[in-house]
Amino acid sequence: MKRPDARVLLEVRGLRVRVGGAEIVKGLDLTVRAGEVHAVMGPNGSGKSTFAKAVVGHPLYEVTGGTVEYEGRNLLDMAPEERARAGLFLGFQYPVEIPGVSNSAFMRLAYNTVQAVRGRDELDPLEFDDFARGKMKLLGMDPGLLDRSVNDGFSGGEKKRNEILQMALFEPRLAILDETDSGLDIDALRVVANGVGRLVTPGNAVVLVTHYQRMLNYIEPDYVHVMGGGRILKTGGKALAEELEARGYDWVKAAA
Amino acid sequence: MSSVLDKLVNQPYRHGFVTPIEADKAPKGLNEGVIRLISAKKREPDWLLEFRLKSYRHWLTMAEPAWPNVKYPKIDFQDIIYYSAPKPKKLASMDEVDPELLRTFEKLGVPMNERAKLAGVAVDVIFDSVSVATTYKQKLAEVGILFCSISEAVRDHPDLVRKYLGSVVPTGDNYYAALNSAVFTDGSFCFIPKGVKCPMELSTYFRINTESSGQFERTLIIAEEGASVSYLEGCTAPKFDSNQLHAAVVELVALDDAEIKYSTVQNWFAGDENGVGGVYNFVTKRGLCKGRNSKISWTQVETGSAITWKYPSCVLLGDNSIGEFYSVALTNHHQQADTGTKMTHIGRNTRSRIISKGISAGQSNNSYRGLVKIGPRAENARNYSQCDSMLIGSKSGANTFPYIQVQNASARVEHEATTSRIGEEQMFYFASRGIGTEEAVSMIINGFCRDVFQQLPMEFAVEATKLLGLKLEGSVG
Repeated sequence: MKRPDARVLLEVRGLRVRVGGAEIVKGLDLTVRAGEVHAVMGPNGSGKSTFAKAVVGHPLYEVTGGTVEYEGRNLLDMAPEERARAGLFLGFQYPVEIPGVSNSAFMRLAYNTVQAVRGRDELDPLEFDDFARGKMKLLGMDPGLLDRSVNDGFSGGEKKRNEILQMALFEPRLAILDETDSGLDIDALRVVANGVGRLVTPGNAVVLVTHYQRMLNYIEPDYVHVMGGGRILKTGGKALAEELEARGYDWVKAAA
Repeated sequence: MSSVLDKLVNQPYRHGFVTPIEADKAPKGLNEGVIRLISAKKREPDWLLEFRLKSYRHWLTMAEPAWPNVKYPKIDFQDIIYYSAPKPKKLASMDEVDPELLRTFEKLGVPMNERAKLAGVAVDVIFDSVSVATTYKQKLAEVGILFCSISEAVRDHPDLVRKYLGSVVPTGDNYYAALNSAVFTDGSFCFIPKGVKCPMELSTYFRINTESSGQFERTLIIAEEGASVSYLEGCTAPKFDSNQLHAAVVELVALDDAEIKYSTVQNWFAGDENGVGGVYNFVTKRGLCKGRNSKISWTQVETGSAITWKYPSCVLLGDNSIGEFYSVALTNHHQQADTGTKMTHIGRNTRSRIISKGISAGQSNNSYRGLVKIGPRAENARNYSQCDSMLIGSKSGANTFPYIQVQNASARVEHEATTSRIGEEQMFYFASRGIGTEEAVSMIINGFCRDVFQQLPMEFAVEATKLLGLKLEGSVG
């Protein structure tokens, strides 16, 4: 729900980002408050994914201007791992494969790292296994994923589910999901949407970066932003997403 | 993020210090006189002097091998000190060992004063070339196991030494083996008599100390019928600018139903980040499965030395014998490694297994070279080889040179190889989950090396894991 009085989690002002020498994000403003769901939409090349990567601190995405505050802290001064420990999460569009590293060991290490920051007890391998299996059951996921290497040989759908599982385990305060809905069949889409739906609590927020509005049939966004040319061109509600689905993106650009 | 990688790769060598102990040195250079001096210093019997001289004369006719995929300036064999020993002392107990020496071992983490930690491990300490302390000897003697320096073995058990010395690695086997046979000064000897299972892991720590002194150990391990032993070797060396040649020979003999497991963790000075200095490790290690149903298993974790040239091998002579080679070779900076194994199948139903994991970081070059040879009489021989390479950063190199020679149609030989790279995207994936670079690298490397680490005795596995982390600290981005 829209919560204009709630705590601000993320405050982006005039953000500019370069990748491989080209400026892709050119002055982006966005405010995300606790409890909100935002959808960032736009055609290919509009800068959606670049924005997502820059916020979590990918080293190849160079911030050349603007400010990003997360819970009042200067996010740009923080290393990517510090951002994660502070409760920021990116659901990757293309999760990388890490052969030889067990998925459950990886997730346990990440989980315990975040737990330690929050002053909570770490889980040993057996406890974590129970915990993870419980979450997977809730999400309707195959527990076999835990025993494999991280994303190694996973299908596109399995990779996306694995991202959502991590989100469910780590309980980030701000989750940015980069095209998490792309390439999913209808069942997988439901699993993913279900997971996202569970995360949205009054204390957390989600930013869905997406090309299509179909994910929004499962999760109702409070705000829909349309990007073009590295900036947010238009902001509206769920109706805007439906309009985009019907009319495409060109009219927004023309109007901007 | 590549700067993070650089930092990890560029950790200074932590064991770089010299122990000021007076050494009893031979003059620089090599000739028959020096060999006679070594032999005389050690009060050796004539047959051993003859063995040395024969090796030396053979060596003079040989040329350094040019086939390894390594580059280094020509070695001046006349610029090396071939004999250097701490001043002879009679040591009644560990308390009498030079405190300076004990402190050195402490710095290295050699658990001489921490036996509780290593309970059950006998440490035969080799310092430079002469064995200065042997522990647990008594306990081993009770079950008939001989575990001592090879010099002591020559003195106390000459028939055994004479019977087996050079029986697996002949004096003229290769250039460095011939050199070692001529000038070896000390090493370890281990004999497990018929039917005895060695009750503890046997362990030796080596450390090169005197500047530009060559180190030529000789190790001989014999397991008689039905005997078994697990032997651990660990190495570190202080930091010097001049290169140090190390040419050891290790011979293993397993008779009927015997089993020898030989594990190494090697962390000699690898040269600095510009490739200056470091140990040249030119080693010949070979095991002979002489008896039926015998088994020899090599496990190595190679992380040090400027150049590693090493092929722990198995000759599978006895029917149903088994040879195994498990290896992790890590190179960084300008290190070069050309390492692998040879499995020579002679007997029937012989089996061999090769698991090799190469990790290259910095500007290093890491080659696997392996030979699987199935002889004409080796009915139903089987081999399985797996050679995996991992590259860290964009300037390192990995090569695989598998040679397969099969002369028996019933043989089954399988070879698998993979190459992967620790990339920025993987590191970022870890980071995005709150996991720092070093932990991430350690996790990837441990996953990559799991099949080999599983073969190491517990305390060595822990040490090896730490060592790899240390060597790569700061190195992946």
